[in-house]
Amino acid sequence: MTTAPAALARPPAPGRATRRAPRRYGKAIAFFVAPFGLLFTLFYVVPIAAAVWQSLLTVERDGTFGAARQVFGGLVQYEAVFRNEAFWESVGRVLLFGVVQVPVMLGLALLFALLLDSPLVRGKKFFRLAYFVPYAVPGVIAAIMWGFLYSPRLSPFTALTANVPILGADLVLWAIANVVTWVYVGYNMLIIYSALLAIPGEVSEAAVLDGAGQARIALSIKVPMVMPAISLTAIFSIIGTLQLLAEPQVFRSFSSAVTSTFTPNMTVYATSAVPNTSLAAAFSVVLALMTFVLSFGFLKLSQRKEAR
Amino acid sequence: MTTLQARPARSAAAASAPGRSVRTPVVPRIAAMTVMVVFTGYFLFPLWWLLVASSKTRGDVLGTNPLWFADLHLVDNVRDVLTYRDGLFGQWMGNSLLYAGVGAAVATLLASMCGYALAKYQFRGREALFNVVLGGVLVPATALALPLFLIFSAVDLTDTYWSVLLPSIVSPFGVYLSRIYAAASVPDELIEAARLDGAGEIRTFFGVSVRLMVPALVTVYLFQFVAIWNNFFLPLIMLRDERKFPVTFGLYTWNSQVNQIPELNTFVLVGALLSIIPLVVAFLALQRFWRGGLGAGSVK
Repeated sequence: MTTAPAALARPPAPGRATRRAPRRYGKAIAFFVAPFGLLFTLFYVVPIAAAVWQSLLTVERDGTFGAARQVFGGLVQYEAVFRNEAFWESVGRVLLFGVVQVPVMLGLALLFALLLDSPLVRGKKFFRLAYFVPYAVPGVIAAIMWGFLYSPRLSPFTALTANVPILGADLVLWAIANVVTWVYVGYNMLIIYSALLAIPGEVSEAAVLDGAGQARIALSIKVPMVMPAISLTAIFSIIGTLQLLAEPQVFRSFSSAVTSTFTPNMTVYATSAVPNTSLAAAFSVVLALMTFVLSFGFLKLSQRKEAR
Repeated sequence: MTTLQARPARSAAAASAPGRSVRTPVVPRIAAMTVMVVFTGYFLFPLWWLLVASSKTRGDVLGTNPLWFADLHLVDNVRDVLTYRDGLFGQWMGNSLLYAGVGAAVATLLASMCGYALAKYQFRGREALFNVVLGGVLVPATALALPLFLIFSAVDLTDTYWSVLLPSIVSPFGVYLSRIYAAASVPDELIEAARLDGAGEIRTFFGVSVRLMVPALVTVYLFQFVAIWNNFFLPLIMLRDERKFPVTFGLYTWNSQVNQIPELNTFVLVGALLSIIPLVVAFLALQRFWRGGLGAGSVK
């Protein structure tokens, strides 16, 4: 059983038909690959290259009132990135967010998936659907909805929202974490659940005959077997956390505690609106690199654990 | 052989369902059901609240029980949203359907062709290509949006439908999923047979292989649809003319004007409710297809 990330390292073995006469199908291969390849180049490779190039430029003026022109500035922008406290604060904030929210969300997703897969729960179809529905709610809409629910005036829980400053500086990050959790738990649950469905029924039955309870079966048999699917959801969640933008951006209209540099992506946007495109590009490059390092790091870590 | 022996035992267990419920202790069952029911409340109550709030007049939203209906004004509210400023909201819904519907369709077609080729043909640079595309899965969309804006403004395409549609038709994850799925579900023997029958490679793909890849195609389509429908940064950066906004971004702009124009309050809620409906319908209608595809994506 390989998984998405495991397939990164180990792609499917070529079939019999593919081994033979590779050159004969050159035209067909070009037909299949070229459209995607061209667009991928245009909208992925070129922008990344452009971002890197842009981040190496700096603005120079001829005198105080002279025309501005862009010149090669080497790593000047990156120096500015590393000296920008607001950016690193925003990075720290989403890391804190991720350290708490991702395990909580995936823990719940795993719990629900295991319960759905166990014989303990009736009405599985209904629960599966009810838990997944929030995923159909776009992040912006979910944030607007919860923003209303949190607000002291409109909330159904005025006793709570009037006394606890949910939208205040101390709690607003966790208010956003709740929105993200609400939207994505069901989605992650389904990925883990479909991995659980792939485990042959005989495995659990044998364990039952050996006298194992459902909790024991879940922890000792099922969880290790779906570890790859959990890693996949974790990697997507890590990427998502670092990219946090829509939800906090919406919360700016509910809470003054959310600043224009609340998350790294908001910092990028605020910087590009100044406009300081070179600095914004440098922020983007640094953020993309951090995303790579964290998601690949997690991948390697989880693969090493699996191998043990 | 072992599976053959195990199977009757399993169906016997399933047949004696009452026997099973005796075997499963009552306490864990109650605990499990309690957890599931409590969280059903957590997942559904915001939607219930949204439905209730959308059916109220602005005064009632503040004055009456937030979790139960007062005088029903849902139809009036919907009409008000749809007619406000020459049907701006309807235009937004149409835009979203265009961006997400067309964008996801093209993305699925291109991704499945590429994924299929990666799975079924051996060619030079295949693994390199695959790895680059996989790298694309990890590239944050927001890191692309800014340089894309600069490129699009260089060719004078910002603030056009193209500026949102074109970047949306590339789905690296779709290629990845299509490759996994094509490798697993399109037998080489079938392709060989089609070849022997004299079908060209392209006809084999569209006539035979595509049919076997339907669950993957539906999954790619739905998830790309959701990704485009939810995309926030790209319209935020590309679009100025509100007539071209997708619905989520439009509602975001309304929501940030609530303080100046209080009647938008109701419009935001009703608009939010209306905007959720297409996605829920799409997921419900297609669920028997995409769930199979989802399994293929995570476990193979």
